[in-house]
Amino acid sequence: MTDRVSFWERIGFRSVGGIAEAGWGRTLVVAVVSFIYFLPVLFIIFTAIKPQALALSVPPTLSPTSFFGLIPDQFVFTPTLDNFASVFSRVMTAGGQPESTGFDRFFFNSIVIASASVLLALVIGTLAAYGFSRYPLRGNDTYLFIILTTRMLPAIVVIIPVILMFRAMGLSGSYLGIIMLYTAFNLAFTVWMMKSFFDELSTDIEDAARIDGSSEIKVFFKICLPQVIAGLAATFVFGLILTWNEFLFALLLTGPDTRTVPVAMNQAVSSGGRGTDWTLLAAIETLFLVPVFLATFFLQDHLLRGVTFGTVRK
Amino acid sequence: MQLMSTIQSAKTAPALLKLSADNWRFAVLVGLVVSALAVVTLPASGSFWVVGAISALVAAAFAVNAYRRRYYGGLLVAPAIAVLFVMNIFPLLWSLGLSFFAYQSNLQSIRFVGLNNYIKVLTDEVAAPGNWNALINTAMFAVCTVSAQMIVGFLLAMLFAKQFPLRKYLLILVLTPMMLSVVASGVFFTYYYDPTFGILSYVINSVAGGQFIVMDSKAGAVAGIVFADAWMWSPFVMLLVLAGLVSVPKYLYEAAAIDRVSAWRRFWSITFPYIRGLLMLALLFRTIEAFKLADLVIVLTKGGNDTMTISYHLIRIANEQNKTSEGAAISYIILFIVIVLTNLYLYVANPKNREA
Repeated sequence: MTDRVSFWERIGFRSVGGIAEAGWGRTLVVAVVSFIYFLPVLFIIFTAIKPQALALSVPPTLSPTSFFGLIPDQFVFTPTLDNFASVFSRVMTAGGQPESTGFDRFFFNSIVIASASVLLALVIGTLAAYGFSRYPLRGNDTYLFIILTTRMLPAIVVIIPVILMFRAMGLSGSYLGIIMLYTAFNLAFTVWMMKSFFDELSTDIEDAARIDGSSEIKVFFKICLPQVIAGLAATFVFGLILTWNEFLFALLLTGPDTRTVPVAMNQAVSSGGRGTDWTLLAAIETLFLVPVFLATFFLQDHLLRGVTFGTVRK
Repeated sequence: MQLMSTIQSAKTAPALLKLSADNWRFAVLVGLVVSALAVVTLPASGSFWVVGAISALVAAAFAVNAYRRRYYGGLLVAPAIAVLFVMNIFPLLWSLGLSFFAYQSNLQSIRFVGLNNYIKVLTDEVAAPGNWNALINTAMFAVCTVSAQMIVGFLLAMLFAKQFPLRKYLLILVLTPMMLSVVASGVFFTYYYDPTFGILSYVINSVAGGQFIVMDSKAGAVAGIVFADAWMWSPFVMLLVLAGLVSVPKYLYEAAAIDRVSAWRRFWSITFPYIRGLLMLALLFRTIEAFKLADLVIVLTKGGNDTMTISYHLIRIANEQNKTSEGAAISYIILFIVIVLTNLYLYVANPKNREA
C-alpha cells in the first residue's frame, strides 16, 4: 500500500503527538469548538457593555453587533461603557459627586498578592521539586505525600487555627500574612508539577557536566532549569489562576486595606438588597479577567513549545 | 548607640550562625529553652516572633551543616517544608486536636470528649443530619465532574496537540473559563439556567415550545452543577495533557511511521507513556478539588434538591452553626477518604508498582 491519505488526515486529523504541522482544516475545526467553549465567557463580556436596563430583558439581548445579519435585530443592543465607569466610581443619585468604590485599590491588592505569592511558591517549590527528584531523601515519597495532604482538606477547617494564629502574630489584614498563606497553598501543586517535569529529564547531560567539573548550582541553573521552562510557565499560570480567584481565605483574612477583588466583587454586587447587579458584576468580572488573560497569553509560547527542545529524554 | 548595636548585631549574626552550625545539638537545646521562656514571659504577639527568629536561626544552622556535608536533598527541600509546616501542617494538627474537644467558636468553653465527635458525626447525631447523604452526593459529583473533565480535557488537548495556524489565539479562548472567578461565573450560570429570563431556557422554549426549569429536579440540578464545574475545569486537564503531548519526541512517531505501526498501537506505546504521569496528576488534583466542591452548589442550588455536598455541609456546620469541632471531625473523615483514593491513584500511576 502506498501512502493513503484519508479525508480526516487531509483536513488535519493526523495522529496526535509531537508538534507536527497541521493545516487550516484543523484551524477551522478547533475554531468552532473553541468558540462554542468560549460562548459563556463571551456572554459575560457582552453583558458588561450592555445598558443596565436590558440586563434581564426577554428575549435576552445577545450581542452589540448583528455579526453581518447572523443575529436577528431583536437580540442586538447598543453597547455602552457606563458599567466599567461605575466599577471604579459610582455617581450618587440626586446629582451628587461620583463616589469612589475603591476598586482601583482592590485590583492593586489582587495583583500584588497573587503575583508575589505565586512567584515565591515557584522559587521555593522548584528548588524542593529538584531536591525530591535528584537527591531523594529517606522516606521521599512520605514527604511528597505530606505535601499533597496540605491540599486535601477543605479550607474551612484549616482556616480556624489560621485565623487564631494570624491574630496572635498580628498578621491578619496584612500583605505578609496572606502572601505567605497563598505561597503555602501553591506549594503543593508547584512541587508535584515541577517534580513530574524534572523526573522526565534525562540525567545524562547533567552527569556529563558534573564530570566536566560544573558545580551543582551551575548544573541546576544552566542545564536543568532551561529544560523545564515550559513546566515553570504552566505552573505559574495555574498558580496565578488559583490564587487570583481564591475567595474564602481572602474573605476571612484580608482587612479593608488588603481586600482582593473576589471579596469586593461579592460585596459590591450583593449589597443594597436589590438582587444581583448583572451588568456591574459582568464589568468587574471582565476587568478581573484581563490580567490573568494577558499573563497566560504571553506565557503561551513557553506552554506550547514543548518541554524538550533539542534535548535528549529518558 | 542604636547604630553601634545594629553594627554589633550585624557582625554577630554570622558568628552566631557559625557557632550554632558547629554545635547544632547545643543550639537546638538553647533555642528550645529560650523559646519556652519567651512563650511564658512575653505576650503572644511578641513570643511568636521570638520563636520565629530562633527557629530561623536553627534552620539556618541546619542548612549550613547540610551544605558542609553535601546533603543537598534536605537543603533544597527544607524551605518548602518550613513554609508548609508553619502555614498548613501546624493549623492542620491544631484542628485535628480540636476534633477531640467539644469546642464552639462562639462560646469560650472547651472540654475534652475523645472520639465522641467522630461517633456523633458517623451516626448522624449532629444538629443538621444528612452527613452520609452529603458524602454520597459528593462522591457522585466527584465521579461525574472528574470523568467529564478528563474526557473533555483530553479531547481538547488532542485537538490542540498539533502546530496549526492561529493555534495560540484559539487556545487562549479555551483557557479563559478557568480564569473566571468561581463565584461570579456560578452566579452567571444561575442566569443561564433561569426559567424566565435565562438563555438556555429561552433556547429550549423556542425550540421545544415548553417552559423548562433546569434546577427543578435532582437530575437537572446535578447536571447543571456538573456542567458548570466541568466547563470551568476541563481546560486545566487539557493544559496538563497538552504539556505531555507536545513533549513526545517527534522521532518516535517518525520511527513508528516507518514501521507502519497502527494508530492505536502508536497511541498506547508512544503517546500514553509520556502523558500518563501528567494525566494522573490532573486526575489526582481534580478529584481532590471535587471533594471540596462547595461554592458552585451554594450559588446554584443552595443545597436544594438533594445536592448538598460534604464541603458545603461542613461550612454550614462549622461556620453557621458554630459546631467547630464536629466540623473538624467530618473534615478528617473526608481527609481519610481522599488519602485512600490518592494512594490508590498513586499506586496505579507508579509503573514500578505494577511491574512488581
